[in-house]
Amino acid sequence: MAAKTVLNYLPRKSVVHELTGTTKLVFFLLFTFASMMTYDTRVLLALLLVSVGIFRLSKIRFREVRFMMTFTLVFLVLNNLFIFLFNPDQGTALYGTRHVLFHLFWRYDLTQEQLFYMLNISLKYFVSLPIAILFISATNPSEFAASLSSIGVSYRVSYSVALALRYIPDIQRDYHAISQAQQARGIELGKKEKLLMRLKNSVNILLPLILSSLQRIDVISSAMELRGFGKDKKKRTWYMKRPMKRNDFIAIALGALLLAFSLGMIAANGGRFWNPFAQ
Amino acid sequence: MEPIISFRDFSFQYRAQKEPTVRHINLDIMPGERVLIAGPSGSGKSTLGNCINGLIPFSYPGEVSGSLVVDGVNAPQSSIFELSAHVGTVLQDPDGQFIGLTVAEDIAFALENSCTPQKEMHEITRRAAELVHIEDHLDYAPHELSGGQKQRVSLAGVMVDQVKILLFDEPLANLDPAAGKQTMELIDDIQRQTETTVLIIEHRLEDVLWRNVDRIILVNDGEIVADMRPDELLSTDLLQKNGIREPLYVTALRYAGVEVTAAKHPGHLPDLKLEKADGQRVRDWFLGAPEAGQAARKPPLLTVSDVSFGYTKERKNLEHISFSVSGGEMLAIVGRNGAGKSTLSKLICGFETPDSGTISLNGRDLKDDSIRERAGQIGYVMQNPNQMISKVMIYDEVALGLSRSCLSEAEIREKVEETLKICGLYPFRNWPISALSFGQKKRVTIASVLAMGPKIIILDEPTAGQDFFHYTEIMEFLRSLNALGVTVIMITHDMHLMLEYTTRALVFSDGRLIADAAPAAVLCDSGLVERAALKETSLFALASLCGIDEPVRFVERFIETDREVRSRGR
Repeated sequence: MAAKTVLNYLPRKSVVHELTGTTKLVFFLLFTFASMMTYDTRVLLALLLVSVGIFRLSKIRFREVRFMMTFTLVFLVLNNLFIFLFNPDQGTALYGTRHVLFHLFWRYDLTQEQLFYMLNISLKYFVSLPIAILFISATNPSEFAASLSSIGVSYRVSYSVALALRYIPDIQRDYHAISQAQQARGIELGKKEKLLMRLKNSVNILLPLILSSLQRIDVISSAMELRGFGKDKKKRTWYMKRPMKRNDFIAIALGALLLAFSLGMIAANGGRFWNPFAQ
Repeated sequence: MEPIISFRDFSFQYRAQKEPTVRHINLDIMPGERVLIAGPSGSGKSTLGNCINGLIPFSYPGEVSGSLVVDGVNAPQSSIFELSAHVGTVLQDPDGQFIGLTVAEDIAFALENSCTPQKEMHEITRRAAELVHIEDHLDYAPHELSGGQKQRVSLAGVMVDQVKILLFDEPLANLDPAAGKQTMELIDDIQRQTETTVLIIEHRLEDVLWRNVDRIILVNDGEIVADMRPDELLSTDLLQKNGIREPLYVTALRYAGVEVTAAKHPGHLPDLKLEKADGQRVRDWFLGAPEAGQAARKPPLLTVSDVSFGYTKERKNLEHISFSVSGGEMLAIVGRNGAGKSTLSKLICGFETPDSGTISLNGRDLKDDSIRERAGQIGYVMQNPNQMISKVMIYDEVALGLSRSCLSEAEIREKVEETLKICGLYPFRNWPISALSFGQKKRVTIASVLAMGPKIIILDEPTAGQDFFHYTEIMEFLRSLNALGVTVIMITHDMHLMLEYTTRALVFSDGRLIADAAPAAVLCDSGLVERAALKETSLFALASLCGIDEPVRFVERFIETDREVRSRGR
């Protein structure tokens, strides 16, 4: 029913799935940092290769995560469009040259530099997207909390992530039930109603939703206390935590290597941008 | 032997209350005892339980006086964590207390918190899961489990600590009748295996007495009214006086003029010993019944014909459902969770559209009517009033649905006031809803639906979690609406409700309508009872014990008498 969420865990037998949650989290952070830092097309292409390679390894198919892909693509197109609209000469400012391909209208010229800059932005999306999707789809949700706690986040904070994963579907279901009951009382929430009225009507769902969620919180916090949550201030063990194996160390080393590569190239280039127009 | 729990002149007052909720409690519970703490809502029975597990005073602060020793620990001076090693608590809501993302994690939760090494933790978890027979579902998520299974997980979750005391706070409130019965059997078995002390807080006495308990502590107004063996307590009139419903078979014996004494073992139905003369009295009472007139059947109001529906293509949630409801009927829809009861009401209200078949009202197909258009004809009342109420004041809440119609301000006022009068809420019309009790809130939600002028109202579990007094209050109100001509359809797990207040039951199992019959007939049919996860009425057993071969008529005779007696009592 309503429990279906946009992104979910897709269990498989694969090298990627077998890595511990901690490894995936650390790799995700290292890799994202590496791709966010650089605008060097060569580095980005190398990272893209790694990223797609890992995605293939996970045995998750692109069509299974189609929704997230399309969502990101739409976002990417919008992002590029706005970069261009707000600052069509950003590329020129960065690379210091101006090769006009053709004139569009008013102050908008399409330049090679601008295109190149936007290509790099788009590449960044394509580089990080598969890894981000993998982090969510190939990590057992039960491992999230344990992995957060293992990189030094306090277990209380980490556990709240697990609780959110546990209760979000319930609250979605509540929302659904409440909105149906409100509609059965003649409160229109569908497209037949004007936007302003619909917003006003949504408030009618919010109050009961908040009240019933507060009730939930009351029950859950009693249940947690009764079973000793917070007994030890610092420590807690995790049922789902798995020991690090050889592959985990390899994966983390790879992540560190990629970050070093990205940062090394920045040092060698003397900046985050690789400028093919300078020659 | 030393008592494992010992209250001495114990009182507790919540910080926000003017008076103590429990007063001068003196109570000893011995190791290995099975004790039922019964009492109406607000009697202080849950407060007593919360004092034992430490929620009081550590989570709900207040003033404690006197002493309470739990398994050698001075409870008010220890901590909730220290007490949790001695007392395992299973709360009322099996879903709400499910903390982990999967069964295994939820069972292991307490072990995680006490930093148990992982290997040991996996072992203990498995053993606890085996104890409650859930070991095949270790990687299941909560939404894949039934209410009864979730409750077993909660039980396993407190068993991992090897507690000496198990405390159940209204364990039966959210379960279907069959699951409730299994829960009592499981508690009983575990108590025998582990020799723990078991405390059960419940007001549904008959269901708890399905298995033996040693003692019943009856609580009312914050004080202990009785502390007796079940057999002794059932021979007194203390239960009725304190708003607890006694088992139906005991009531039936009283109506038949049988003297109920402790020697007859009324506390546990299979042990009930009746003298020859008693059996004769019951038979005479049964035969003395006036002949019941058959009510004439009116033309159908709501017709459901050959409706099928599935949330996904692969699985049908309802298959080929056909029935019709006449105007002015009061009927029950029963069956286990997931049998399709709620889905059916969603189809009738228009939240979902049937894959095939038609639903019509007064002969007109409802296919093209939106949810809102149907709302004027069919009202829907959710189980939890807090999920329906969206205004602060009673008047506004009842007027909410009408405010979107084309009526003028004055017309709305007139309609709302009329509805409030029918529902007995007129004196409160300018009160904030937060000042009302649960039963009154329920009334407000019913009023807000009623204001739209529906011909039919569908209620989901109208009395869940209510004690006998509030149950009677809500149900008598619904009956009075029914007398005004409103057709009432109730989805329920409560077998008493179905027997006492409805004339007809639709029984669902696995998406099919497997019976459409009088409630008494349904509850005397053991095959049907089993398939639909219902519970046979104890009256059926009493009838066969007394050699009456028309159990259905016997049950009906009881209901008629009971209605008369209770309406005289009011």
